[in-house]
Amino acid sequence: MIELAGTQVWVHDQDEALDFYTTKLGLELREDATLPEMGFRWLTVGVPGQDVQIVLMQVPGPPVVDGETAEEIRTLVAKGFAQTMFLVTDDCQRDYDEMSGRGVEFTEPPTRRPYGVDASFRDPSGNSFRLTQRTEQP
Amino acid sequence: MGHPIERHLLRAKDLIDGRYAEPLDLDALAKASGYSRAYFSRAFRAAYGVSPREYLITRRLERAAALLRTTDRSVADVCHAVGLTSIGSFTTAFTRTYGRAPTAYRLEHPPAAAYAVVPECVLRFHATRGRVKQ
Repeated sequence: MIELAGTQVWVHDQDEALDFYTTKLGLELREDATLPEMGFRWLTVGVPGQDVQIVLMQVPGPPVVDGETAEEIRTLVAKGFAQTMFLVTDDCQRDYDEMSGRGVEFTEPPTRRPYGVDASFRDPSGNSFRLTQRTEQP
Repeated sequence: MGHPIERHLLRAKDLIDGRYAEPLDLDALAKASGYSRAYFSRAFRAAYGVSPREYLITRRLERAAALLRTTDRSVADVCHAVGLTSIGSFTTAFTRTYGRAPTAYRLEHPPAAAYAVVPECVLRFHATRGRVKQ
């Protein structure tokens, strides 16, 4: 049976991203392995208790990716157009208060929606997150 | 390696997206980006294809269109709800963007009541017509 193992997020700086995803977001480090011969660092984090990993991938440069393409990827991420990750929580306001206190940059505070309460924030590179506390279904 | 300038401009764009209904001027947007007014204005246009002012008015008009479709609020109310102060300027900008005046735009869509999710108990209560004569 096929299962989801992970997903990749482009980041501008892996050290900065690791600090954000672990210290500020509360995820745990899973794998951190550098392949010096390839100039490549495999860095993954995950939610404690969940098997799915988030791969924090540095935007590569030449010769893996030509300079122009690398710059396009970096710019897309910086403009906030690269990807969005959807998180759920049992208490959006609590997490908003705690994460704001740890320096997470929220773009929307907890706001009531038809489906529950949600807020949004970005990681240092510009990737978007939605944090949703779903309305309990009867 | 530091972040591209677009990451800093994104803070101003996020500010517009989230707080378009508030009085946002170029100084506030430039401050959010961390750049000078002049540099911010040029860089924003280069990154997003429109000036910060154009992006802000677009957001406001989009929200105004949604309010006109989904509420019964007056045109004046809608104008103020999206952060604009001059009803005349709002009407001109809306007409230019949507091809018709706010009121005409509203008339082209189902009435606001069609979008409202009114609880069944509330509908029953207000459907009451008093005691039925025997």
